[in-house]
Amino acid sequence: MIRLENIERTFQVGDEQVYALRQINLTVRVGEYLSIMGPSGSGKSTLLNILGLLDRPDKGVYHLDGRDATHLDDRPQAELRRHKIGFIFQFFHLIPRLTATENVELPLTLAGVAPAERKQRVMAALAELGLADRARHRPDQLSGGQRQRVAIARATIMRPALILADEPTGNLDRASGQEVIQTIEALNAQGMTIVMVTHDPELGGRTRRQVRMNDGRIAHDSGADDEK
Amino acid sequence: MTGALRTTAGPMMKSNDVVRFCFGSLAGYPLRTGLMLLAMSIGVAAVVLLTALGEGARRYVTQQFSSMGTHLLIVLPGRSETVGGPPPLLGQTPRDLTVEDAQALTRSSAVRRVAPIMVGSAPVAYGNRTREAVILGSTAQMYAVRDLTMAQGRFIPEGDIRRAEAVCVLGHKLKAELFGADAPLGRFVRIGQRRFRVIGVLTRKGQSLSVDISDVAIIPVASATALFNRSSLFRIMVQAQGREAIPRARQAILQILRERHEGEDDVTVITQDALLATFDRIFKALTLAVGGIAAISLGVAGILIMNVMLIAVSQRTGEIGLLKAVGAPGRQISRLFFSEAAMLSMVGAMLGLLIALAGQWVLVRLFPEFPISAPLWAPIAAVGVALGTGLLFSVLPARRAARMDPVMALSRR
Repeated sequence: MIRLENIERTFQVGDEQVYALRQINLTVRVGEYLSIMGPSGSGKSTLLNILGLLDRPDKGVYHLDGRDATHLDDRPQAELRRHKIGFIFQFFHLIPRLTATENVELPLTLAGVAPAERKQRVMAALAELGLADRARHRPDQLSGGQRQRVAIARATIMRPALILADEPTGNLDRASGQEVIQTIEALNAQGMTIVMVTHDPELGGRTRRQVRMNDGRIAHDSGADDEK
Repeated sequence: MTGALRTTAGPMMKSNDVVRFCFGSLAGYPLRTGLMLLAMSIGVAAVVLLTALGEGARRYVTQQFSSMGTHLLIVLPGRSETVGGPPPLLGQTPRDLTVEDAQALTRSSAVRRVAPIMVGSAPVAYGNRTREAVILGSTAQMYAVRDLTMAQGRFIPEGDIRRAEAVCVLGHKLKAELFGADAPLGRFVRIGQRRFRVIGVLTRKGQSLSVDISDVAIIPVASATALFNRSSLFRIMVQAQGREAIPRARQAILQILRERHEGEDDVTVITQDALLATFDRIFKALTLAVGGIAAISLGVAGILIMNVMLIAVSQRTGEIGLLKAVGAPGRQISRLFFSEAAMLSMVGAMLGLLIALAGQWVLVRLFPEFPISAPLWAPIAAVGVALGTGLLFSVLPARRAARMDPVMALSRR
C-alpha cells in the first residue's frame, strides 16, 4: 500500500537547515494497523503529512497504491486525497457553521455526488457511529468524543483505503478516547489501513505494529522483520 | 494493492452546492458580510443616483430651451470669430443692430417672424411702490416668437413699429409686487420718467434662461428707444418658417445684414438647436463625469471586499486546510471564494439599486418640477462595475486561499 524510499524533509529555520526526516524507509501493507510514536519534534507528524500528500519530501520516493505519488500536481494529488485517504485530526477540524450532517457530507459535496445519494450515505455513516440523533447539531453542541466521531465519519465517508490519524485521542478525556480508538479499530477490522501518530504508549501498545521515531529517523520498527 | 488508481478528475462540485456552501459561509459572518454589502450597495446607489441627477439637469436645461419658443434663431451684434476676447453675449459691438435691421430680415421667405429686443433697466412705479425691473422693448411679434401666454389683457398691439405707444405688459411677479391684489389693467405705471398704461399681464412661465420673464415690463421697442435714448438692440429673435428652414433663415439673415452693414460680417447668429445640442453635450459629459466619480466609490468598495476577503481567508485557514485534506484541489477552493465574492457583489448591487430607486422616489417628491430619472445605462453599468470590481478584487484572496499550505493551515487549531 505504502512504500517510502529514502525520504528526506528539511526545513529552513533561520540560516539553519533542520532535518525533520532523514533516510526514512517504510513499507505499509494493506490492512495494517500501525502506530508511529516518538517525542515531539521527532518528525512523526511530518511523516504523516507526507503520507497524506499534504507535504512533499525533498528527497526520496513515495509509492502509494503502486503509483509514484512523489511529484504529482495539485489536481491528481487532491484526487488521491479525496478517494484514497481519510484524515483524523487531534483538533477534529470540523467546520463550526455546518451541522454534523453537513460536515460529514463535505467530501461527497466536493466530489459532486448527487444530494439524494449523499443524504443516504451520510445518514448511514452517522447511524453506524451512533450519531443519528446528533445529525442536526453543530460542532459546538457536541461533546469532544462526538465531535471526533463526526470527524471519523467524514474521514471514512469516501471509503478510503488509508486512514491517517494524528493524535486522535489527544484532545479527549479517557472515556471518549477509548470510544474513539475502538471506532478506529473497527475500521481496521473492516479492512482499512490505519496509520496513527501518538505519543501515548498505551495507545501505541494496542496496535499490531509500532514504529518509534527519534530525531527524524526510524529508531525502531516492530514490523520491520515482517517485511519481504 | 490491486485496484488501479482513478486518474480522471471526478465530477465537479455541483453549482447549487457551491451556492449553498458560499451562502453558509456568508451567513456565518453576518457583520463582515453586512459591511461588505453596505459598501457595495452605497457605491451602486451613488452611481445610479448621481447619473440620475446629471440626466435630470440635462433634461431640465433642454426643457428650458424649448420654453423659449420654437425654430428660433438669435441674432447678436458682434462676431465671435473676429471680435475675439469675450463672446458677444455681453453686447460689446462694433456696429449696433437696429430696429431697421430687424425689419429688413422679414424680407426673407425663410423667416416667419422677427422680434427685435432692446433691454434696459429702469424703476417701475405704481402709486408709492417702486421696483427696479428689466425693461424689454419689443414688438407684437415677440408674443409668438417667445411663445408667451397672457394671464390678463393683451400683448403689445401690432402696428407701426416706430410708434412709441405708451403701453406696457407686466411680468407676473412684477404685477404682483406693484399691484398686489388690485386689478392692473388700464392703470398707469411710471417707468423711468414716462407713464405707461398697463394692457396685459403675462402668465407665470418661470425662468427662461437669460431673463426671468416674470420680473419684466415689456414696452414697444420705439418707446424703449425713447426711454433709454439709444437705438441699439440687445438681440433680434427670429422665428424660421419651420425646422428645415432654419439653415436657410440663417444664411438669409447673414446676407441681409452684411448688405446693410457695408459688406461686413459683424453679427453672430445662434440657432436654438445648436445651442441645445451644445448644452446637451455638456450635460452628458457632466453626467458621465459624475457617474465616473461614483464609480470610483465602487472601486473603493471593491478594495474593501478584497480586504475583508483576505481577512476571511486568514480567519478560515483551518477550513481551507480541511477542504484540501478532504480532497479539494486548489482551483476548487479559489472557485469557492470567488463565488462567495460574486454572490456578495450581486446582492450588494441589487440592494444598491433598491436604495437608488428609493432615493429617486424621494427626490421626485421633493423636487417635482425637476425631471430626475436615471438613464437606462446607469443601473446596468453600476451593476456591471460592482460585479467586475467584486470579482477582480477577489482574485487575490481566492488565489491566496488556493495556494495555502495545508500543513500550516491545519496546524493551527
